[in-house]
Amino acid sequence: MKVVLQNLTKIFPSRSKKAGEEVVAVNDFTFEIPDGKLIGLLGPSGCGKSTTLYMISGLQKPSGGQIFFGDDDVTELSAENRGVGLVFQNYALYPHMTVKQNIMFPLQNLKGEDKLTKEVMLDRAYQAAKLVQIDELMERKPSELSGGQQQRVAIARALVKMPKVLLLDEPLSNLDARLRLQTREEIRRIQKETGITTIFVTHDQEEAMSISDMIVVMKLGVVQQIGAPQNVYDNPTNLFVAKFLGTPPINVFKGYVEDGKLYIGEKTPIYAEPAVEADTESLAEVNAEPAVEADADAEPLAEVNAEPAITGYQHGEYVLDIADMDLDPIEDQAVIIGIRPEGFVPCADGPLTCDLSSVEVMGRDVSIVSTHKASLNPMIRSIVDTDAAKGTKGNTVRFALKPHKVFIFSAEDETRLGKDPSTWDLPAPTPAVVAVEGEGEASTTKSTKKDSTSNKKKKRRKNQASGKKKNNKKIGSKKKKSKKKGSR
Amino acid sequence: MVESKHKWKAWLYLSPAIILLLVFTVWPIINTLRMAFLNGYSLSREVGGWTFGFGIENFKMVFNEYSGFKQCLINTLLLTVLTVPISTMLALLIAVCLNSIKPLQRLLQTIFFLPYVTNSIAIGMVFEAMFNIVGFNSSSPSFGIINSVIGLFGVDPINWINESSPYWANITVLVIYIVWNALPFKILILLGGLQSINRQYYDAAKIDSTPRARVFTKITVPLLSPMLAYVVITGFIGGFKEYSSIVGIFGDDMQAAGGKSLDTMVGFIYRALGNQEGIASASALILFAIIFVVTMINLYVSKKKTHY
Repeated sequence: MKVVLQNLTKIFPSRSKKAGEEVVAVNDFTFEIPDGKLIGLLGPSGCGKSTTLYMISGLQKPSGGQIFFGDDDVTELSAENRGVGLVFQNYALYPHMTVKQNIMFPLQNLKGEDKLTKEVMLDRAYQAAKLVQIDELMERKPSELSGGQQQRVAIARALVKMPKVLLLDEPLSNLDARLRLQTREEIRRIQKETGITTIFVTHDQEEAMSISDMIVVMKLGVVQQIGAPQNVYDNPTNLFVAKFLGTPPINVFKGYVEDGKLYIGEKTPIYAEPAVEADTESLAEVNAEPAVEADADAEPLAEVNAEPAITGYQHGEYVLDIADMDLDPIEDQAVIIGIRPEGFVPCADGPLTCDLSSVEVMGRDVSIVSTHKASLNPMIRSIVDTDAAKGTKGNTVRFALKPHKVFIFSAEDETRLGKDPSTWDLPAPTPAVVAVEGEGEASTTKSTKKDSTSNKKKKRRKNQASGKKKNNKKIGSKKKKSKKKGSR
Repeated sequence: MVESKHKWKAWLYLSPAIILLLVFTVWPIINTLRMAFLNGYSLSREVGGWTFGFGIENFKMVFNEYSGFKQCLINTLLLTVLTVPISTMLALLIAVCLNSIKPLQRLLQTIFFLPYVTNSIAIGMVFEAMFNIVGFNSSSPSFGIINSVIGLFGVDPINWINESSPYWANITVLVIYIVWNALPFKILILLGGLQSINRQYYDAAKIDSTPRARVFTKITVPLLSPMLAYVVITGFIGGFKEYSSIVGIFGDDMQAAGGKSLDTMVGFIYRALGNQEGIASASALILFAIIFVVTMINLYVSKKKTHY
């Protein structure tokens, strides 16, 4: 059965009348969950994903919007009458009942025509138990079970009444890492076997990506992106989504676009006389830039730079052409650049030079940890093929970048640049390029051949001051900015 | 070295508590045992230089020669058996109701707790006034408030506690009194227990469309069973020690005027203490034995029935 959420909104009133404002836990959530699919609601804690789940279950009433099960409006229906199965985060197994009693409990509630005989109840309880492979444990109490077993009992209890919708609230969060891996496969298997529309909530992107048919990424009550895991990973709508998906996480750099070229780093003026060190990275330098634009507002700052004349600009590292990235043209502006760990290709004449910190061998591939002054993370983590990493020695490492692993975001509001949102949910053009966990492809075939002359590091340009200057200060206020963004 | 150095310190620090315990708990217990097994023991006679033989005469005396003791036993058992279940169920009901309301919960909680902090003799006197019948035999009787209230429903006034009142009426008043007096503590315990039950069990039950009655019997009561066991056990112990409520209503002879004796075990012991300490000690031991056995039964049953 499909589940339709229409402009679903939940507002929690403020606790005291005086102080504090009301909390919008879920804001205008519209989504049609197709029949028989496994949907992952994904987001950091406090993003409203659990609230959404509880509204679907009927345990919480929406402040606005509607919920449909199939074609029936169930918004006003209480939890008792919705017939959903819900697995709680800590399972909520009745501690005084045996596994069998726990699983049979929902069946014993059936009344009237649906009333079952004891034999049928037992039969169905055993069927459900078999499905989750706990039929050996039927006489035990929950306290005598391990976490994983308890979790299975909870799923069996939710499944035994054959719900049309199964809801799982952080189903794996109480399990240890190994069990988690195993159980998520189980959940996938059970969902496939039963064909029940299943919605599960998690803050673990790996978990969501690995088993979901579709994921919904939420932040502060607002849906950021909905799509197949691979599509969302390959085409994040904004910096938040890009950062949230993938392990190791995406590497983020300051940069700018100029003349259809993508630069990492900052553009700094070069002064005539005392050769000012080119690669200063303080913000003061950036602030000083308007001074060289020969505008009227250059006056107050002019004093600082009064002495030396500007002879040119120290550019950042020219890493890619926008034209190579399968993107729409991007106007010249300051941007935030996200590069997936698997997007780096070690290359002797690569355009991006990083200071090498360490090389971690992981067997299948190699993780190169390095630093870069324009990086917004303390460390850059790249995952490369073992063979490709062989040349990495010394203090620096040079990378070429895979264009489709590089995302450009607006420095203003962190939205994705150069990509039309309407095309995002199309199937990924090159499936299986990236492993689901984002651990990277092993081949370097697609590495971009760069014209080595054109990406000379520290290239000079004369008076290229354009109207749209980067403003790196915006980066600090990303939270407020993305809050304004509407749902999709 | 260090150990022995600290040993005497430990005893030193413990000594105030130990001395108090020895003087006020251990010695009285030993003395009670001694007095109970000295035939016909009495303090005044001991002071007079009398010696007593060792034996179980006192116990025989309690059972055979004092017909009042059997009545005390019956009264005590009757009151306990009636009040413990009634007060426990009422307390459970009130606690569940209190727990399910949000506004006024604090206020009602306080009101329900008031009897706990009120002197039981004072409550007894209030009850006496409420159940009184003034001038029952005169041509124009004026009734206590209870008789006035039941009169509104067309019930004839009942002689609850006055002269030649029936035994069942006396017991009824006592049961009402004891239940009402016992409620606050039980409500407090049960409400605490209810509030510590994880809400998710109820959410889970809701999702499974469990009827309310079934939620109560299959989830609330089992999860509350440790508290219920505690309340029942302490209720039985309290019931066997019932004394002050009867004194409060019927005066310290514990007798409805012209009616049957309403004496209880503790009352009997208290009376015997006058000059027959041996008898008093023997009956105290009997009371102890009864409480011990009943508590053991309670514990045994609750172990089987409570979860965790």
